[in-house]
Amino acid sequence: MRERVIGSWLLLTALGALIALGLITYFIFQAGVPLIARVGLWGFLSGTRWNPTGNPPQFGILPMIVGSLWLTGGALLIGVPLGLAVAIFVVELAPPQLAGFMRPAIQLLAGIPSVVYGFIGLTLLAPLVRTVFGGPGLSVLTGAIILGFMILPTIIAISEDAMRAVPLALREGALALGSTHWQVISGIILPTARSGIIAGVILGMGRALGETMAVIMMIGNSVDIPTSPLQPATTLTSNIGLELAYASGAHREALFATGVVLFIIIMILNGIATAFVRRPAVSRGST
Amino acid sequence: MHIILPHSNAHPPCRGWLPTRWRSWLILWLMLLLAACGPSDSGGLTVTGSTSVTPFAEHLAELYQKQHPGIAINIQGLGSSAGIRAALDGVAEIGMSSRELQPEEADKLDQVVIARDALAVVVNPDNPISGLSTAQIQGIFSGQIRSWDALGGPPQPITVVSREAGSGTFSAFGELVMKGKPIATLALRQGSNGAIRQIVAQDPNAIGYISLGIVDPTVKALAIDGVEPSVVHVDAGTYKLVRPFLLVWRKGQPLSPLGDAFVGYVMGTEGQNELMKAGLVKGSTTP
Repeated sequence: MRERVIGSWLLLTALGALIALGLITYFIFQAGVPLIARVGLWGFLSGTRWNPTGNPPQFGILPMIVGSLWLTGGALLIGVPLGLAVAIFVVELAPPQLAGFMRPAIQLLAGIPSVVYGFIGLTLLAPLVRTVFGGPGLSVLTGAIILGFMILPTIIAISEDAMRAVPLALREGALALGSTHWQVISGIILPTARSGIIAGVILGMGRALGETMAVIMMIGNSVDIPTSPLQPATTLTSNIGLELAYASGAHREALFATGVVLFIIIMILNGIATAFVRRPAVSRGST
Repeated sequence: MHIILPHSNAHPPCRGWLPTRWRSWLILWLMLLLAACGPSDSGGLTVTGSTSVTPFAEHLAELYQKQHPGIAINIQGLGSSAGIRAALDGVAEIGMSSRELQPEEADKLDQVVIARDALAVVVNPDNPISGLSTAQIQGIFSGQIRSWDALGGPPQPITVVSREAGSGTFSAFGELVMKGKPIATLALRQGSNGAIRQIVAQDPNAIGYISLGIVDPTVKALAIDGVEPSVVHVDAGTYKLVRPFLLVWRKGQPLSPLGDAFVGYVMGTEGQNELMKAGLVKGSTTP
């Protein structure tokens, strides 16, 4: 009897989460799709001018799409090599005590609120970028560097799990054949853990794409299509975050429509990541 | 219904601690639900709108509540457009605006000018320029003038910092200075007066506009058409970048006693003195 009660209670809670997701999806689409229908999907996605309160208003989100691509790409360029290097080091090379210290330290990185990252970017990195490279300092480069660090925990944690899951037999076999440690890492561990690593990268990409607060603080938010990493830009998320508080009418709808675009991109990314995680190479390992 | 409870076998029902625990969870949940469903509006006054007016309104509401204990005045800073909309829709009894009402809004709303606020155009204290003409400022913000040497300054590119579309400060600047010309897409956009001040204080090439009340020594306020921005010049009508702070409510619908009393307090001697002390300028009788 008690089992049943607890069971249905858990089911109810789980359903609650699903219902919340459904409601969120419904309201975003309900608020955003009418504007896309009016402006036209292509006009909305490829329009280069964003002037929602102008006369006539213009709703083109290409600058934000390009900004998001620049920023996410830049964050991956910084985060992936660094994250992979840390994961390899922790799994393969670090002495146990050091690895035991590094793992919680990296997790701590994930616990820092994004507004703190943004503040560091705004007050420390942006002036540095301005004096070293010129430009306004608040730029794609500043955002990408900080964002690269923000996605490290995701990339490290998931690649680490994938590398640990590589069956011991493969490693022993390679060593028995006379491979060096580096040959084992590059020839056996990394290729076997590949799908897990890719999943980590894609989840990190989703995190970079979705980050809002820190990005608003760091990239300047100009609605221009950036042609160099030293230029300011705006992203899909940061524009919503910046303008939603004040928006009304069609402006508000346009921001929700931006949310629809973002929603679809993130769904696709998560779908790809899930597909990679399910690949057998990762789940085969015993420990 | 098959629900897997991992620990259900390890802890047989007769153990006793499990049900107590679940019961306390249940009670907590029910309490939360009750709290969420309880009366959220206890007959207080809701004032919502411009983020520029919000700090002043909060200050006055605090003073008023101290004198009249037991009264709840709820101030929400959501932006001028949102405040006007809230007053029109009756979501809030009183709306706050830091821009003039548009004709169709003025048809449906009663308004009082509680004070006026000057906009200061600010640059970094290291910038040798100390005054510009309205036409020059227009040229800078529309993107026609890109370098300080065109204005007699150093050969450095200008970092233009603006507010986001929808903010009252943005539309006030648009009307007073830009006269309908769009602001350049390459302009940085920031979500608050404070953020603009921070960036201008950091970047020797930056120019932005903020409320005169929050100008501090980290930035330099420019003379416009030869007139220094100061309370005296605003009062005399020689400094032109001035916008009204309005309280608005629906026409043809008398304010509640509390709303009426609060507006009376703000417009009374004490309220006005507090506003002047905070750096605002007395509102003229005709907006």
